[in-house]
Amino acid sequence: MPSDGCSNSLAVKAAAGAQFLGPNRGPRLSKNPRAPLTEVPTTTSAHPGSPCGSASAKDSVEWEGRSLLKALIKKSALCGEQVHILGCEVSEEEFREGFDSNINSRLVYHDLFRDPLNWSKTGEALPGGPLEALRALCRRTDPGPVTIALDSLSWLLLHLPCTTLCQTLHTLSRQDSCHGDSSPGEQVHVLGLLHEELHGPGPLGALSSLAQTEVTLSGALGQASAHILYRRPQQRPSHQMDPTTHLTFNLRLSKKEREAKDSLTLPFQFSSEKQQALLCPGLGQPTSHIFYEPDAYDDLDQEDPDDDLDV
Amino acid sequence: MFPELNNLLNTTPDQVEQGKLTLLCDAKTDGSFLVHHFLSFYLKANCKVCFVALIQSFSHYNIVGQKLGVSLTTARECGQLVFLEGLKSAVDVFFRPQEEPHPLQFLREANSGNLQPLYEFVQEALKPMDSGEAAWRCPVLLVDDLSVLLSLGVGAVAVLDFVHYCRATVCREWKGNVVALVHDSGDAEDEENDILLNGLGHQSHLILRAEGLATGFCKDVHGQLRILWRRSSQPTAQRDRSLTYQYKIQDKNVSFFAKGMSPAVL
Repeated sequence: MPSDGCSNSLAVKAAAGAQFLGPNRGPRLSKNPRAPLTEVPTTTSAHPGSPCGSASAKDSVEWEGRSLLKALIKKSALCGEQVHILGCEVSEEEFREGFDSNINSRLVYHDLFRDPLNWSKTGEALPGGPLEALRALCRRTDPGPVTIALDSLSWLLLHLPCTTLCQTLHTLSRQDSCHGDSSPGEQVHVLGLLHEELHGPGPLGALSSLAQTEVTLSGALGQASAHILYRRPQQRPSHQMDPTTHLTFNLRLSKKEREAKDSLTLPFQFSSEKQQALLCPGLGQPTSHIFYEPDAYDDLDQEDPDDDLDV
Repeated sequence: MFPELNNLLNTTPDQVEQGKLTLLCDAKTDGSFLVHHFLSFYLKANCKVCFVALIQSFSHYNIVGQKLGVSLTTARECGQLVFLEGLKSAVDVFFRPQEEPHPLQFLREANSGNLQPLYEFVQEALKPMDSGEAAWRCPVLLVDDLSVLLSLGVGAVAVLDFVHYCRATVCREWKGNVVALVHDSGDAEDEENDILLNGLGHQSHLILRAEGLATGFCKDVHGQLRILWRRSSQPTAQRDRSLTYQYKIQDKNVSFFAKGMSPAVL
């Protein structure tokens, strides 16, 4: 049974081999026979009826994830969806390799590979840089179900502040709620490729919380494997339950209790009355005395009180 | 070049794969023998080479190159080799007017700038000549090494961007190759270096990692070389993805053998 607190997780824990570049930095993963990544099990697709389906594929240097991303894109394209790809890491020709013309016609490649930072100044770069390109994807208005693929989230995370990226991704996946007349069939699926070793636990956790499905790739002994984590969409409660009902102790004050509480002066509170009392010791206030009884060994000499010291 | 390494990588100077990024890294040992290998390999393969040499002087590489059968002086004179000698030209940055761009301009900037001037130098050095006939086989960029740029104040993302642009221009547009060396800090907690190493690892087609032996120094086995092929264009090819060999560096050659099969041991 899966032990990480999530249903639909297909992981079977097994020992993982050392990562190629340096000591173990990734999660421990499961053992599945390595199959060419052209078919994808249906559990990774978004649950029908959910407001958005977003999935992230986490890979490492030794076990690359772009082929998985392409397989998910192929699946979306075969379902009739249009796919917009924000390509930062590979060229368009390289990305389109392996897809037949039927699928390629449904792919729109937004090229951030050739000149992402506008160094060539030829005017070919996407205007506004990576952030504007990402926001432009949010604003696109063509109808029908659509899949947006980000290759890669790591590149965006290295070039944009994490908070900006998370907010933009949130807008991207909540897009259909902005259109007033969206039908239930119009969904926006967001797929992202993330290179795990490049980021700390903070940004990784933030991006994880945005993804409904996470596929982590690893392997052992030459066989690749995928760990799939699917979060069931939360049912948002219509009203907040009041936590102060049904308690075994009393949290309320009666009127008399409240008055007594308000009139209480705290012992260490310095009020003006206390200040006056200290400055002017009045009648009836006992002053302090010291009573001293010298014993036989004390030599009281007022002239030289230290006479008994042997110095 | 080392013929045994060519055999392991399945290449010869006559059949050079194009459009590839090769990452060289070393951990607890000196991986510069790989740089010398690729320098002499690509010069023998009749490629135009731009060598950004930040670590050693020209004469150092020339002396080693002569042992491996190439003359860097001749290559530079006939235009096959464009050599940026970092140690010498770094001083020039401070003694020339600021308006003239210098490839190592980032040394002069207070905040960690970007490496666009260095990229433009590479672009200028390797761009195909307008004359119809190509004199050289393909352009090659060789960098020794990228880790020193981090020590000089450049951020890891800036170095990754530089390699990204080199890849887009040299590998993709001009069908050339890029080879770069990065040191692995190993146990030392160097986050910037780790980001650089892993980021480049994801962009690479071939990774050669020279490691010291886990058991320490040895007279007959100098280290271990791990080879990883990535991003092959045929995903279904049943090619060995990762190989490991041990090696011994000699005066003019490096011999490779399977683990535990050193001639001294057998």
